[in-house]
Amino acid sequence: MIQQIVFIVLAALTVGSALGVITARHTVHAALFLVMTFVASAGLWLLLHAEFLALVLVLVYVGAVMVLFLFIVMMLDTDSQSLRQGLVRYAPLGVVVALIVFAEIGYVVYNRELGVSFGTPLPQAAGFSNTRALGETIYTVYAFPFEIAAVVLLVGIVAAIMLTLRRRPGVRHQNISKQVRVSAKRGRLRIVNMPSEPRPPEKNP
Amino acid sequence: MGMLHSLVSWWNALPADLQLTIRSIVFIVILIICLVLAVAYMTYAERRVIGFMQVRMGPNRVGPWGLLQPFADVFKLVFKEVVLPTNANRFLFLVAPVISITTALAAWAVIPFSNGVLLSNANAGLLYLLAVSSFGVYGIILAGWASNSRYAFLGAMRSAAQMVAYEIAMGFALVGVLLAGRSLNLNEIVLGQSGNIGHWYAWPLLPLFFVYFISGVAETNRLPFDVAEGESEIVAGFHVEYSGTAFAAFFLAEYANMILVSALATVMFCGGWLSPFQGWQALAASPLGFLTATSFIWFALKICFFLYCFLWFRATFPRYRYDQIMRLGWKVFIPITIVWLVLESIAVVFRIPPWFA
Repeated sequence: MIQQIVFIVLAALTVGSALGVITARHTVHAALFLVMTFVASAGLWLLLHAEFLALVLVLVYVGAVMVLFLFIVMMLDTDSQSLRQGLVRYAPLGVVVALIVFAEIGYVVYNRELGVSFGTPLPQAAGFSNTRALGETIYTVYAFPFEIAAVVLLVGIVAAIMLTLRRRPGVRHQNISKQVRVSAKRGRLRIVNMPSEPRPPEKNP
Repeated sequence: MGMLHSLVSWWNALPADLQLTIRSIVFIVILIICLVLAVAYMTYAERRVIGFMQVRMGPNRVGPWGLLQPFADVFKLVFKEVVLPTNANRFLFLVAPVISITTALAAWAVIPFSNGVLLSNANAGLLYLLAVSSFGVYGIILAGWASNSRYAFLGAMRSAAQMVAYEIAMGFALVGVLLAGRSLNLNEIVLGQSGNIGHWYAWPLLPLFFVYFISGVAETNRLPFDVAEGESEIVAGFHVEYSGTAFAAFFLAEYANMILVSALATVMFCGGWLSPFQGWQALAASPLGFLTATSFIWFALKICFFLYCFLWFRATFPRYRYDQIMRLGWKVFIPITIVWLVLESIAVVFRIPPWFA
C-alpha cells in the first residue's frame, strides 16, 4: 500500500520533470528538471531493492555529470530565440526518432523473451546485500562485457582529451614541482667574484 | 507508577511500523537539536581558538566567557530581513540554502554514534554518504546563479569545479576503506577496526586518510581552500547577496558539513566509538579501566580533535591559489589514491600481515 503510493508519487515526479526538461524555457531550469528526473528514478530503483544502482545514479549523474552540465549551461549565454528558429523544419525528423524510440521501448516491454518481468521484486533475506550480488555477477558472469565497456570509456576519455589538447608555443607556465624542488645550493644562487675597482684618483678641490 | 505502566502498555499496543516511525522521528529531532547546538558552539569555539592563536581575546562579553555569543548571533540573523536582489530567480534563490542545509543534515542518517546506535543501518551506507554529499554542491551553484550577481556567480563556478575535483579523490579514499573493511555498512566498518589503536584503518591507509581529510576541508570550502568565498577577491562568493536567515542557513550547512567530515574521518579511519586502549589488559585492571571501554565519548573526542584541526588550518595556512587547488586535486591526490588502492588490493588479496592477514 505505502509502496504503491511512493511508486505513484515517484513515477509522476519522473514523468513530470522529464516533461519539464523539454518544455522549460530556460536551459538552467531544464538542467535542473533533469536532475530531478534522475533523483526520482533513483527513488524508483530503491523501490526495486536496487540500492546500489540508485545511489550510483545519484552519485555519478547528479553529483558529477549534471554539475558539469550546469557549469557549462550557466556560463553559456544561450539565446533561446535563435535556438528555436529551426523548430518547424526539424520537427518531422524529431517526431520520427521519437516514434522509433517509443516503438523500441514498447517492444522490449511487451516481448517477455527479453527478460523484462513485471510484479514485485523477490523478497530477500535480511542480510542480503544488493551491492555484493551485483559485484559478484559483474566480475564473474559479465566480466568481458564489463571490461569492454571500460575500454570503450577509456577510448572516449582519450579522444576527448585529444580533441581539446593543443600545444600553444610561447605560453609561459609555472612548473610547480620544479619550483618546490628548488635549492639554493644547486645553481639557483650564483656568487660572482668581482675584482674590486681601483679607486679613482682624487681630484683637487 | 501506574501512569508509566499504562504508557508502556499503550506503546506496546502500537503496530510495529508505527513504533519504528515514532522512534525514528524522535531520534531525528534529538539529532538535529544536538547538531544545531554543536554548530552554534563550533562558531564560538572557532572565534575563541583563532583568537587564542592570534593572541587576542575573541568574543567574551555575552554571558560567562562569551558562552551566549552564538545565541546572540542567531537572534541577530533571524530578525534581519532576507533581501531579494532585483532580477534574482526568486524560487531558486530561496531554495538554494534549503538544499545546502538538507544535504548537510541528511548525511547524518547513517553515521553510527555507538555500536548499533544509528538512524538507518543501511547496507550501502558509504555509498549513501557519497551520494548525499554530492548534492551539497547544488546549494552553492544555485545560490550563485540565482543571485544575479557576478561575484556570486564566480564563487559558484569556482566551488563547482573544486567540488567535482575533490569528490573523486574523496571517493577513491572511501573505496580504500571499503576494501579494508570489506563492507559498505559504516557500523561494520567501525567493528572491523576493533582492537587497540593499531587496528585503526588510519595506519594501513595513511595516505588515503590524509587525502580524505584534506579533500574534506576542500569540500566544505574551508580555509585554505575557501576560494568559493574568497573575501579578498570576490567579496563573499556565492552567498554575497544573502542576508538574515538564508545566510544563517548557509553557515549552518557549512559547519554541519565540517562536523560531518570529522565524524566520517573518525568512523572510517579512527575507529569511531572504539577506545584507543581497547584490549589493554593492564590498563583495564587498573583504576583507569574505564578508558578501555567503548563509548560515545571517544567518538565525540575524536570528532573534536578533527574539528580543532579545521580551526588550526584556518589560523595557519594562507589561501591556495586557484590553479594550485586544481593541481593538488587532479594531479596529486588522484594519482596518490590510485597507487595506494592498487597496493592495498594486492595486500588484501595476498592477506599481507599485519593489517590484512
